[in-house]
Parts: sequence; C-alpha cells; structure tokens
Amino acid sequence: MELDPLLLSRLQFAFVVCFHAIFPVFTIGLASFIAVLEALSFRTGNPVWQKLSKFWIQVFAVVFGMGVVSGIVMSFQFGTNWSNFSYATANFLGPVLSYEVITAFFLEAAFLGVLLFGRDKVPQGVHLFAAIMVALGTFISSFWILSANSLMQTPGGLELRNGMYHVVSWSEALFTASFTYRFIHMALASFLTAALVVAGVSAWFILQKREFDTNRKALSIALWMLLLLAPLQVVIGDFHGLNTLKHQPMKVAAMEGNWQTANGVPLLLFAIPDQQTQSNHFEVKIPKLASYVLTHDWNGEVPGLNEVAAEMQPPVFIVFWSFRIMVAMGLLMVLFALWGLVLRYKAKYHQSRSFLQGLRLMSLSPFIAVLAGWIVTESGRAPWLIYGQMTHAEGLTPSLTGAMALFTLIGYIVVYALVFSAGVYYLLKVFRGGVEKANRPHEQEEVERAKRPFSAAHASLEGDN
Amino acid sequence: MEQPFDLTLIWAGIIAFGVMMYVLMDGFDLGQGILFPFAPDEHHRDVMMNSVAPVWDGNETWLVLGGAGLLAAFPLVYAVFLPALYIGVFLLLAGLIFRGVAFEFRFKAKTSKYLWNWAFAGGSTVAAFAQGAVVGAYIQGFKTENFRYVGGALDWLTPFTVITGLGLVAGYALLGATWLIMKSEGEVQQWAYKLAPRLLLMVLVVFAVISVYTPFVDPFVKQRWFSGFSAIWLLPLLALYCAYVVFSSLRKQHEGMPFVATMGLFLFTYLGLLASKWPYMVPPNYTLYDAASAFESQLFLLLGFLFVIPIVLTYTAWTYWVFRGKVKAGGYH
Repeated sequence: MELDPLLLSRLQFAFVVCFHAIFPVFTIGLASFIAVLEALSFRTGNPVWQKLSKFWIQVFAVVFGMGVVSGIVMSFQFGTNWSNFSYATANFLGPVLSYEVITAFFLEAAFLGVLLFGRDKVPQGVHLFAAIMVALGTFISSFWILSANSLMQTPGGLELRNGMYHVVSWSEALFTASFTYRFIHMALASFLTAALVVAGVSAWFILQKREFDTNRKALSIALWMLLLLAPLQVVIGDFHGLNTLKHQPMKVAAMEGNWQTANGVPLLLFAIPDQQTQSNHFEVKIPKLASYVLTHDWNGEVPGLNEVAAEMQPPVFIVFWSFRIMVAMGLLMVLFALWGLVLRYKAKYHQSRSFLQGLRLMSLSPFIAVLAGWIVTESGRAPWLIYGQMTHAEGLTPSLTGAMALFTLIGYIVVYALVFSAGVYYLLKVFRGGVEKANRPHEQEEVERAKRPFSAAHASLEGDN
Repeated sequence: MEQPFDLTLIWAGIIAFGVMMYVLMDGFDLGQGILFPFAPDEHHRDVMMNSVAPVWDGNETWLVLGGAGLLAAFPLVYAVFLPALYIGVFLLLAGLIFRGVAFEFRFKAKTSKYLWNWAFAGGSTVAAFAQGAVVGAYIQGFKTENFRYVGGALDWLTPFTVITGLGLVAGYALLGATWLIMKSEGEVQQWAYKLAPRLLLMVLVVFAVISVYTPFVDPFVKQRWFSGFSAIWLLPLLALYCAYVVFSSLRKQHEGMPFVATMGLFLFTYLGLLASKWPYMVPPNYTLYDAASAFESQLFLLLGFLFVIPIVLTYTAWTYWVFRGKVKAGGYH
C-alpha cells in the first residue's frame, strides 16, 4: 500500500492537537475557579476557601505543565508538515502565534510563580491579583489561538500576492466572521470543563467522607456554575451553528447528514451516512425539525451536500457523529444541572449517592464534548485548510514522503504515551492526596529546588505519600 | 509599502541574539544531561541537576521565542529548515520533552529514579546532537526551488553534520562542566575540573575540522575568508584566545573564569559562522531579505517583542540572582 503523506500528516496533527487541547481547555476554566476561590478567601477570611484553593492550585500546576509540553510540539507541526500553508499565511499566522507565546511567557514570568509559590511570601491581595492575572492571561492566550483558527474557517482581512497572504486589515483578520461565536463557545466550554471536573472530584471526596464541609462547598459552586452555563452553552452553540450555516454551509450539511438541498428537512437522531452512495442508511428522524432549528421556519431551505462535487465534501460520517456526541454530552450536562437543582431544593445534593456517582462519570463528559466539537469544526472544513482558498493537499509540505510522516506519527504516539501516562498517573495521585495532603505542612522547606509548575504539587511518584 | 527603516535587519539582529542566548543558556543545562551517565554516583547527579533546575525552563524560553519569531519575521527559514530537518526536528523535540519531564519527575521518584536518569541523559544528548546537526545543515545549505525545500528526508545527515552534531555535544558538555565548576564544591567540583580539559580538546578538534573543511566545500565561504585579510579574522583568533583562557584558568583551578571563557569561545565561533554566511539565511540561494515577511507583519510583532524581551531578561536575571552561589545535593524529599 502506498503511504499517503497527506492522510498521515492529518492524522498526526489530529492526534497531537487533540492530546494538547484537553489540557488548556481545563486550565483556562480552572484558573478562573481558583481566582474565585482566592477572591472568596480575601473577602470572607473563611479558611475553607484557602484550603480548597491550595488543592486546586496543585492540580492546575500539573495540568498546566502538561499543556506547555504538548503545546511546544504543536508550534513546530506547522512548519514540518504544513510548510506551504505556514509560508503562505506567515504574515498573519507568525505574529499571531508569536503573540500567544509572548502572552504565555509574560504570564509565566510575572504571575504564575506568585500564584503557585508566593502565598506566604506576598500580601494576600497581591496573591489574589496574581490569580486574576493568570486567569486573564489564559484567556488572552486562547484569544490568539482561536483568532488564528477562525481565520482558517472564515478568512478575512487578507490579500493574496505572489503566493503569500498579506494582512490588509489587522482588525478584520483578527476578528473574522466566526471568531466571536467560537471564542464564547470555547470560553463556556472551558468553564464547564472546570465546573464538571471540580464537581466530579468533590463528589468523589464526599462519597469517601473526606473533608466533607470543604468539598461540599466546592461542589455547590460547581453546580451553580453548571446550572448557569450548560443551558447558556446550548444557546451559544445554536448561534455558532447559524453562523456556520451562513459561512460554511457544507459543514452544516454534513452535521445534519443532509445530502440534498431541500425544504422542511428532518432532524436525524440516528443514521449511517454513506459517502459512496451519497445517502444515509437506517435513518431515525423527526420531521422538519432541522429546517426549524437552522432557519426558524418549519419549511425553511437547508443546503445539502449535493451543492458541491463529492470530492469537495467533508467526511460526512465523522462530522455527523462527532456532532451528535457533542450535543449528547451538552444535553447530559443540562440534565445533571437540573437534577442538581432539584436535589438542592430538597437540600440533598450532597447526599444522593446516585447523583454523586453520576457526577464522577460526568467529569469526563466535557473532554469528550470538546474533542468531538473540534472534530466537527476541523473535519467539517475539509477539504479546505483555509476555507474556500487553500486545500489540505495544497498546504502540505511538498518534500514530505509517506515514510517520513509515518515515522513521526508513530514517534509522537510513543513519546506521548510514555510521557503523558506518567503525567496522568501523577495527576491521579494528586487527586488521591486530596485537600488534606495539599494543606499538610511540608516536613522540609524546598530551598534549593526549582520552582517549576510541578513543584507546586507534593505527591511522590511512587508509594502512598 | 514604502519602508521607513530596515526592519528586516533589526529582526535578523533579534533572532541572532535569541539564538545566541539559547545556545549559551540551554547549552550548559543540556551539558548536565550529556555528562549524566559519566557521573560517578547519584550524589553527583543530584548536584548536577540541582545546579540547573531553577533556570533550565527559562533557558528554553529562548528556543520557543526564536521559533515563533522566525515564522513571523523570516517565514522562508521556517518553511525550509523544518521540512528539510523533518526527522531531526522530531528527535530534537522528543529529546527536549523527555529531559523536561525528567526534571519534573526525577525529584519525585524513588524506585524509578534510574529511568528518569536515562530520560534526562538520553534526551539531552539527542537534543544537543540534533542542534549541532542543524548548524551543520545550515553550513551545507539546502536544495531549494521556488522558495520550497525539494531535497530528501535525510539530506541533512552527512558525515559533516555528524561531526558538527558531535561537536556541539562536546561543546555543551564543556559549558556544562565549567558551569558545574562554578556552582559546586568538593568532589563534584574536582570531578568537573578533571573532565573539562578533555572536553575542551574535543571541541578544538571539531573546531579545526569545521574551519578547514568548510572553505573547501563552499566557495562562497572561501571567498569570504581568503580574498584578503579583513577584520573578520579577529573572530577565530578571539575564539582561540578564549580557549587558551579556559585551559589556563582550569589549570589554576579558577571557579568562574572557565565558564565565562567558554561562553566567549561559543560567542566568537558563532559570530565567525555568521560572518561566513552573511547575508545568506537559507543558503545557498536566499538572503535574509528573500526570507523576510511583510513589513507590516514584522512591525506588528516587533511591538510585542520590544515589550516582552526586557521582561524575559529581567525575569532571567532575577532567577539567576535568587539562585546564585553554590548548590548542594539535598533540599528535596
């Protein structure tokens, strides 16, 4: 079989970016949660907030560290595998990605150290300020990344001259048509991720009857967040979808599994889309609902995949099912938010074992939803790398062979498997140590030690302490 | 757009400065990893790792900053070097990841400590070799057509780049050993005193091979150096003088001078290399002006760099100040 460098490069990029994405999406939300805990501690003086903050800062440190390591690989991928794309877009992409790096360094140099290690060394107000700045900084970082991605989805502000894009308007290029929706959708996703992980871990501690009062408070905050944000995310997601319909109709057609442009299109609950026959098998549908959702008219016209040639269609099966998985996770979140509200009304949200067990499982749901969502938006853009302007094949490194791409694909999988299984294993140890261990005074002050993000966590790699 | 001033030249200066900072600073901490397998016991290794633990990630900041800056200011370099060095870049990244993670976990490990020792040593050595091979590949030049790399996957791996790769491994080890002399005492320091002269000798051998070989294979370099004697001949002379200072200060058991003089050796060799190739940034075909991005993009990012570089420098200086003085083995649990 001929090794296809294009397919392998896309797999490699998907692997590396999916692996990377789960870390920042968590830290962005968690940084804000920590800032809230620090603010509560500052205002009320109640020691419980500080106890919680000490624990969650350790979790943040480890996840942040893993995010940084996996992110470095990302920044080289553009050049190694997609050099035509990098070269063509460098006038925009170069400064934007550099500004992301600058933001991250500035954040790390100026505030992260104070947040992780400065609690006893600076006034409490300064520590709170550092927490807020770290939270803000993670958002600024994601601003640059999402701006770069949005430009690939809905290009604007650029002009092509001699094979290179030139920026004619920075504001138009940074804030393209899909940017605002994407940014809000991702920001909410980050908050939801933090809320559900905090809820799941706290529920687990409560089930074990560990630090009950402390963890109950964390659970309470997380459930309020969930109640506020999960329904809001459904609304924002709908707006984002309408924006996509306007600018990338084929992506929406793939999401809906709609092969023919038609009026009164049904919403498919289940189907096996078949790109060969350009039709679906085993459809289970609700009549006219897709038209209503997308056009707010029961008989509205929904574009179908027949509007472009078969080879210019996105991979329908992947987009169709990823979209359904994302939506299912979102609806589950809404369900748990409402369940929590009912239990709270009966003052029992911290007693129902089935609810707490359910929350433990739900801590995985935001990661599944985020990855599925990114697969929808990235695969749905195919075959375009820059929508309507440059295909994946055109953006690929011309000198790349299938063997080279296969070598690094396997290589990255091996490296990541080794390194991140150690990281995740360690993170689970920090979770097991819990609020108690995070608040235990350390026997020995670590004078000569590096002040690395991981240094903020005190679990040892093996054994029980 | 009419350019009021030569931003491309300013950016070349920034990138050259960033690369130099990276080589000097990450050099001595990669050096600890290269010397790791040769250390007599865990006590030595603890001191070695502790001597760089507070600063190593700040040192690698310059690599990431330089990489991002290249894409923004000289996209052609980014779009030719990375495809041409595809396999090497992977090795470099994998090496840096393993050693980075070893920093985090070795301190927390007990029974698995030896695994992290290997990750640290292997990762550092591979990363250093890959960087040396990049230097060699740059001297060799790249097969390009119409602003694209058109060579093969392993064009970069030649006897010459293997020599430059090993040369940089030896060079980083020398930086590492002299850094260790400055930061340690007792038996660890004595061990480093013994290693350093041998490493210096290896570096000088590679230095000689490259200096003799390069003008032979590259007529451009030959022309630059042998068409009359210009001021650039000062650079290798200064480099040799630095090597002499390293040697004599090692003999007199000075503590700080060997490290300072080794940095001088690196600096003048680096400047000599730049002088050989100037103004070619993607040799043999493209100069820095061919490789540059648009004026407005360079300007847009320059504002950010002017803001962040002083902060990174201040932060770096502050970290080194806080962790000044001799290191001990203990202090962690």
